[in-house]
Amino acid sequence: MSDLNTQAVERYRNNFLKEVEENVEEGHWVKMCMQCGVCSGSCPFGPHWEHPPQEIFMMIRAGKRDEVLASDSMWMCTSCYNCIVRCPRKLPITHIMHGLANYAHRLGIAPKGQPTREFAKLFWDNMMKKGRVNEMKLTIGHYFRNGIGAGIKEAMAMKDVGLGMLKAKRLNPMELAGGHGLKDLKGFHAMVAKAKEIEDRKKGFVK
Amino acid sequence: MADVVATNETILVVGGGISGMTAALEAAECGKQVVLVEKSPTLGGRTALLYRYFPKLCHPVCGLEINLRRIRGNRNVRVITMAEVTAIEGRRGDYTATVKIAPRYVNENCTACGACAEAVSAEFPNPFNYHLNATRAAYLPHAMAYPQRYVLDPSLIGTPDAEKARAACKYDAIDLEMAEETLQLKAGAVIWATGWQPYDAARIQPYGYGRFPNVITSVEFERLADPHGPTGGKLLRPSDGKEARNVAFIQCAGSRDENHLRHCSRICCMASLKQTHYVREAHGDEGRSTIYYIDIRAIDRFEDFYQKVQKDPTVKFIKSKVARIAEDAQTGHPILHGVDTEGYHRYANEHDLVVLAIGMAPSVPAGDVPAEVIGDSSGFLEAAAGDGAIFGAGCATSALDVNRSVQNATAAALRAIQVVNKVARAEGTA
Ligand SMILES: Cc1cc2nc3c(=O)[nH]c(=O)nc-3n(C[C@H](O)[C@H](O)[C@H](O)COP(=O)(O)OP(=O)(O)OC[C@H]3O[C@@H](n4cnc5c(N)ncnc54)[C@H](O)[C@@H]3O)c2cc1C
Ligand code: SF4
Ligand code: SF4
Ligand code: SF4
Ligand code: SF4
Repeated sequence: MSDLNTQAVERYRNNFLKEVEENVEEGHWVKMCMQCGVCSGSCPFGPHWEHPPQEIFMMIRAGKRDEVLASDSMWMCTSCYNCIVRCPRKLPITHIMHGLANYAHRLGIAPKGQPTREFAKLFWDNMMKKGRVNEMKLTIGHYFRNGIGAGIKEAMAMKDVGLGMLKAKRLNPMELAGGHGLKDLKGFHAMVAKAKEIEDRKKGFVK
Repeated sequence: MADVVATNETILVVGGGISGMTAALEAAECGKQVVLVEKSPTLGGRTALLYRYFPKLCHPVCGLEINLRRIRGNRNVRVITMAEVTAIEGRRGDYTATVKIAPRYVNENCTACGACAEAVSAEFPNPFNYHLNATRAAYLPHAMAYPQRYVLDPSLIGTPDAEKARAACKYDAIDLEMAEETLQLKAGAVIWATGWQPYDAARIQPYGYGRFPNVITSVEFERLADPHGPTGGKLLRPSDGKEARNVAFIQCAGSRDENHLRHCSRICCMASLKQTHYVREAHGDEGRSTIYYIDIRAIDRFEDFYQKVQKDPTVKFIKSKVARIAEDAQTGHPILHGVDTEGYHRYANEHDLVVLAIGMAPSVPAGDVPAEVIGDSSGFLEAAAGDGAIFGAGCATSALDVNRSVQNATAAALRAIQVVNKVARAEGTA
């Protein structure tokens, strides 16, 4: 994993903007940002993260590679789309934020233990098992990510919500025992592998 | 109106703002026949609605007065007000324009004595104050109006007030039977100078114009500062009529924005810098102006104007496009939310009044010009299609200040003169 990072550093040297343009989803938009500040001011997460989108885009242009890729800011994006609808330059900000997160993850330098990243991994692994998300297992896996004690506490705090969902048949306890999956699981795995292959080729992640 | 004589050697000018007046005068003073068609009841356009002009902070009255005197003294210009051009057919050197004239209900006998206005009680929202107040439905648009002739608003017709107005007029100037007229005019060339209009501020949803009374536009602020305006020149805010001392200016309101106008309106930075002087004039050292901006574009030679305003300790600059405005329900103060680009600090700043430096859109988008013309992506007029002799002038072609509008209109006049000169040579009248 980390040799991908070394390769990227060597390939782009000091041109982090170019690296972003070529590897990050919608990255070619970054240079269109005019630093007006509307996205940062519109983001509901604003007060809680280190670098608002506008600052991330400036840091990219300033070549602050390590600070950007190791930042947890883009992992905080909730996809509310407030920034996108207001950006005077129509930058697809949300997609760039997720693109950056994904790129940092692929390079293996995304912040360790960042909660949204951990949950995304949990979600992905869960889905890959049977081709469908097993909500019972996902929820339990999520609650118990920090050990049994913390898990019980968290599960108890959420128990009313959980019971409500059981009653409304939004959660099926039987899914805990194995759970049902796709009919053609093999085909599904082949499809995802192919998609990954295409994406890797497009983004230059060739092994 | 049947007395308008026009030929293929006539230049038709559409729009009687500073640009149309300039183009008409430049051509007329070269001996050309000009018909000047203006939609509103008066010449002057939007400059007549400004309190002061940058860069010298003089009153628009003097510039207008000079032009009106030139028009009065020139027999080559025929002015038709309350008229719109609805069709232009033909080709270079040979156009026929259809002009629709709305009834004014007041004829040439009017001495502007004002008795009709005193006699009526009906009012309507005053377009010459951007609807900030109401005016009598028998009215003179403004002190500088040309012609100096009253108008009856159509809402009056058929009411007892109309009869009262007629009865009050000692000069037999009110004609309630007046009806819409249509004229066909010949022209060799057309100068299109219909100017600009403020972008619809209500469409900039996060700023709350129309929802929050203390969020107004820069054109409305000009009217507040003007002694002839709705507040007698006092900067009174709309919600409670209290004096606004702490005023915020938001730049690029509707401009440089893919969701609104794509272009930079070019004059609004200068307009806000100018308007900080209004705050200073009203409140001296007690006034507070804050300009929120992306970058200040003091066009051409106006950098020194900007530097002077920067030195004023009552004026603060915040490099940030405001993200949204909220309102303090108790005080009515607008609260501006955003992030300062210089350091990425969040702010939530309270002001008495917010002035949106509103963008300039063409008043007639190129697609609506009743002739074959080419427009740019914002609807400003670029050129006639093919080798047509329809020339844009002033803010119909781009967002310009008065100085640039006048230059641009003079160039348009020259182009039109060349066309009619050629017609004259061909017809052997030159
Ligand atoms: C807030 C603000 C402050 C400003 N302050 C300054 C300043 O201090 N100094 C400066 O130099 N500039 C200033 N400007 C710019 C100035 O207003 C313009 O440069 C000027 O108005 C351009 O004149 P114009 O004749 O091209 O257009 P307009 O003034 O818009 O005149 C156009 C005329 O055409 C008429 N018309 C419209 N449609 C039709 C139609 N279909 N048929 C016939 N007639 C029609 C209109 O009624 C109007 O009379 C300011 C602008 C703004 C927004
Ligand atoms: S709103 Fe758009 S242009 Fe403005 S700072 Fe954000 S990304 Fe850049
Ligand atoms: S989409 Fe993401 S970055 Fe944009 S405003 Fe919402 S949370 Fe912030
Ligand atoms: S219409 Fe008659 S009453 Fe009214 S201002 Fe003109 S002259 Fe006076
Ligand atoms: S002149 Fe200034 S306020 Fe107006 S659009 Fe251009 S940058 Fe924005």
